Amino acid sequence: MAMTKEERTAKLRELEQKIASKKGIGALYGLVKGMSVTMRTMLKPAITTQYPHVKPDLPERTRGVIALKEENCTVCMLCSRECPDWCIYIDSHKDVMPPKTPGARARTRNVLDRFAIDYALCMYCGICVDVCPFDALFWSPHFEYSTDDLSTLTHEMDTLAKWMDFVPPPPPLEDGAEDPVELSKEAVSYGAPAVAAPAATATAAPAAPPRTEPAPSQEGAAADSATPAGGTTGAAETQAPPAREERHDEEPPQIDQEAYDAAIAQGKPDREARALAKKAWILKRRKAQS
Amino acid sequence: MIFYHFFSNPWAVFALKLAAVFIFFLTAPLVLGYVEHKGLAHMQSRLGPMEAGKFHGWAQLIADGVKFIQKEDIVPDAADRRIFMLAPMIVIIPVSLVFLVIPFGPAAVSCHAPAGAGACGFWGENFDVGIFFVLAISAISVIGMLMAGWASANKFSLIGAIRGAAQLIAYELPLVLAASAVAMQAGTLSLVGIGDAQKAYWFVFPQIAGFIIFVIASLAELSRPPFDMPIADSEIIFGHMTEYTGIRFGLFLLSEYAGIVSLSAIAVVLYLGAWHGFFVPWIPGPIWTLAKIGALSFLVIWLRATYPRLREDQLQKMAWKYLIPIALVNILLTMIFKVVF
Repeated sequence: MAMTKEERTAKLRELEQKIASKKGIGALYGLVKGMSVTMRTMLKPAITTQYPHVKPDLPERTRGVIALKEENCTVCMLCSRECPDWCIYIDSHKDVMPPKTPGARARTRNVLDRFAIDYALCMYCGICVDVCPFDALFWSPHFEYSTDDLSTLTHEMDTLAKWMDFVPPPPPLEDGAEDPVELSKEAVSYGAPAVAAPAATATAAPAAPPRTEPAPSQEGAAADSATPAGGTTGAAETQAPPAREERHDEEPPQIDQEAYDAAIAQGKPDREARALAKKAWILKRRKAQS
Repeated sequence: MIFYHFFSNPWAVFALKLAAVFIFFLTAPLVLGYVEHKGLAHMQSRLGPMEAGKFHGWAQLIADGVKFIQKEDIVPDAADRRIFMLAPMIVIIPVSLVFLVIPFGPAAVSCHAPAGAGACGFWGENFDVGIFFVLAISAISVIGMLMAGWASANKFSLIGAIRGAAQLIAYELPLVLAASAVAMQAGTLSLVGIGDAQKAYWFVFPQIAGFIIFVIASLAELSRPPFDMPIADSEIIFGHMTEYTGIRFGLFLLSEYAGIVSLSAIAVVLYLGAWHGFFVPWIPGPIWTLAKIGALSFLVIWLRATYPRLREDQLQKMAWKYLIPIALVNILLTMIFKVVF
């Protein structure tokens, strides 16, 4: 008669139900059972931990306090605006940077001057962490930052940045997962063409308007010089641009004289007549192409 | 020789006994209070006081006492000033007087007191009507409770005090009836005599119904959970103690814990064989008495941790419809057995 543990507990439960449903005895049984519960709890070790003496054993990603990864912040102000308590203070100024290409417009950039969270107001909803598009705010497992004064509960950028040290690094991807987008694609370098472009425009400018062919041809030349072997790779590279070239090769629309004259004859103003003539010219070209 | 002279002086003996009783009256509630702090905490899977006095918070109750003394003694403007200030003392004095008559051990073998043999022993005073004295004097506390409730000029205090009075009237009866059955069986009203009568067997065995009634009625008398309607903190703040602060509030608390100790002691003397032990007769009587008082007091704490508070009408129903009739039947049976056997 070997009973499994489940069977035994089920049988005991059944017996207990039977006793508890009896009118007089049931109530008495309930009283005794209550006493046994408190006594058994007393004999078990308490679950309380002696906090200041014994540090609590917290999960790795405990949501203790909000930390700032300063270099990721672009001062977009989303966190500050979404904060239900308005407890995030952000100050910044605009820095003017030299243009990327000579003669272009000077670039501007927001520089973070102050980022402070008033923890006297913060209700730890974490909306700021969720809303940050640049991964500048994190939940840090640190929690011992109380102060003895209300005003000093506003913690500034340097403190918030220090709490970043407690944030564990992101966990490794599981086996077979796709690499993050940043790693899988060829690193798109915005720098190299930007450096190459000035030379291209400088050489091509006198020959033709910059919008048309010179850039592809220059690229082709650069590719050729980079791979002296030429051959098949060179052919493949030269074949790629044409689709773009077709589109960009189109002349700017011109005015169809016939349509213009007709419109003027109808008594239309000059500006409207020009527009109609241009439209007519485009339609004509499209018909000719197809 | 010196000792002989000292103990033959009734005044010296009286002073010594008074000091001993007073010290017991002040320390036992503290120990019980600490046990309640810790026991209650562990029954709720907590640790309770751990800091005061470094080792498991042993000095917590002393720290509490010091805190109570330091606090401002506030008397509300609307209060009846003199009655308000007098009430805690009216509550605590009867409780302390009960300790005078509790016998902790058997009578001394040789006695040099002028009153003769049987006058000396581990007790403050051996009244011939000890049980009568105890039950009468412990009922005085409720007057202090009513004074506190009325003089506070606070509706919660008044409700608490009225509830307390109603509870006392309802539960004094089963308490007295249960105790009188014991007195009947022992054939004496003296607590020492009742203790002596239990040499053969403890009265808890023939008087089991009486013992249960006595414990329930004592709990109600002390307004301890599950019968703490007079101070039901979720309904009427703290009953008659609502307006009290500082040392006066401390006196109320002290009287509550002293009351637990004294009524446990009375129950031990009446039912649990007083100083008579079992299995290990070489352990001295007073130790037995203290151990039994401790066990019974722990039961009071255990009950507090386990059961929720009853409703006021349930409390009254329980006393008048169940406890009193059962206690009367118990007396009747005791009478019959006493006459027949």
